[in-house]
Amino acid sequence: MIRFENVGLRYGLGPEVLRDVSFRIAPGSFQYVTGPSGAGKTSLLRLLFLSLRPTRGLVRIFDQDAATLTRDSVPHLRRRIGIVFQDFRLLDHMTTYENVALPLRVLGTSEAHYGRDVSELLEWVGLGDKMWVHPPVLSGGEKQRAAIARALITKPEILLADEPTGNVDPPLARRLLRLFIELNRLGTSVVIATHDLGLMDQHDARRLVLNHGRVDIYE
Amino acid sequence: MNDNRRPGQPPPLRRKRRVRATHAARTQLSRAADAARQLRGRPGPGDDPHSAMRGANPIVPPQSVARRALLALVAIMSFLACLTVAAVTLVGERADNWQRQIADEVTIQIRPSDTSPIDEAVARAVDIAAQTPGVRSATALSADDAARLLEPWLGSGFDRSELPVPLLIAVSVTAEADLAALARRLRDEVPGASLDDHGLWLERLAAMARITTFGGFFILALVMAATALCVVFATRGAMAGNRDVIEVLHFVGAEDSYVAGEFQRHFLILGLKGAGIGGLVAMVLFAVLGIFTGLQGPTPEEAQLRSLIGGVTIGLPGYIGTALTIMLIAVIIAATARLTVRRTLRDLD
Repeated sequence: MIRFENVGLRYGLGPEVLRDVSFRIAPGSFQYVTGPSGAGKTSLLRLLFLSLRPTRGLVRIFDQDAATLTRDSVPHLRRRIGIVFQDFRLLDHMTTYENVALPLRVLGTSEAHYGRDVSELLEWVGLGDKMWVHPPVLSGGEKQRAAIARALITKPEILLADEPTGNVDPPLARRLLRLFIELNRLGTSVVIATHDLGLMDQHDARRLVLNHGRVDIYE
Repeated sequence: MNDNRRPGQPPPLRRKRRVRATHAARTQLSRAADAARQLRGRPGPGDDPHSAMRGANPIVPPQSVARRALLALVAIMSFLACLTVAAVTLVGERADNWQRQIADEVTIQIRPSDTSPIDEAVARAVDIAAQTPGVRSATALSADDAARLLEPWLGSGFDRSELPVPLLIAVSVTAEADLAALARRLRDEVPGASLDDHGLWLERLAAMARITTFGGFFILALVMAATALCVVFATRGAMAGNRDVIEVLHFVGAEDSYVAGEFQRHFLILGLKGAGIGGLVAMVLFAVLGIFTGLQGPTPEEAQLRSLIGGVTIGLPGYIGTALTIMLIAVIIAATARLTVRRTLRDLD
């Protein structure tokens, strides 16, 4: 599904933030990307999400070389990837419901088709009563759950989550982890970037540990 | 999952790829939602959110587009454009009218000659004109009429015998009249006679109409270009103010055309409003001017001026031109916004 070979990344003329990173993400797999702050977790996720291009090395996503992708083909690949940002990236002028429905709206799906799905998903992440409010009145945890719901609504083939439990209390963190596990069980590959050891201990999975830009893999 | 179609009703027209993707997403999501309910141990809500979604918020917030200033600017530009179109229409109509009037009449001029008395020459010329096919009438101006015509230059008390003043014959003609043959016969048979078909005037009027039309369209093009440039800046400003929206749209898989469409919709509405306001004000102005110019007093000078220039009424073609200008401005604004968004996104990439 995704293959990195000797990937290097630097911003401008600065030092390499990722060096000789090589790994594969198989369909239906579950892995954590972990490491200390500044180790390159978010940069790695941005490479996975085609938000950055590698400075060197090979990145293949869904059997396509990221280096040769045209601008027009990127959106089609991104529709197969769900991403949860650390800073949520919710649109403040739209309701929680509209934020979650946004990927389907972009796909051209009619309200009649996605309405029930969106409301069910929001109910499940515990935002059923906050469906029609705007993000500025949501708490950090609620925003996090709305962002997760938005990433899941199109049932992507791979889910990338950057610190998805960073702003939620432990019970909700456990529930979200169970959701990720259940999605994985249904066939979605899951990549969670986190430095929450407690979260990783709750569900044993492959770990990609970043340190000084290099990656060590613990199966 | 939530199919509202009646039995036998065809599925909605959509791209195959999208249908497949949506169907797959729905199927998988349904399974996820079922699993999620099991995990949570409670059923789904079952409420219908569609009524609440009606009138959903636009993806690009309208407040983020420079509305009032741009609206005023578009209205002013539209007003100027409509004014130009009306002026071109008005001048075109008047020029046509003058050309028609001039072309309907030619003049035979009889200069005094030593070989024959001028009165005989006039009578002969009238006969020849009357015999020519396509001539409606031929009327000789009397000596007194000729003197009156010369009064502004020579005064009222001059002695006509001291000057070789030509006499004139006004000939009313149709479009079928063979003026070349008439001129030839007059030259051959009437000493001192010549035919003036007002060709020089017609050429000058046609040239003036062409220049005015060209100038009008040039001004119109300048107004449109200025409007488009303003929209370019406004679009860039709106994009800068909605950077987070654009990023999120890209992250959820929106193509550039989708993003451009969201901005285009705002600018099309704004363009229609602004251009409509400007065009409406222009139309009201034309109507008021038409009424006022029609109400002017019946003094000889005013009547003469009105017969020459006519009233300031643009007529149906002018109003149609104004309406088309409004639509053209709105389309230019929307297209400019779309192109600017696409180009800016490409540059950002």
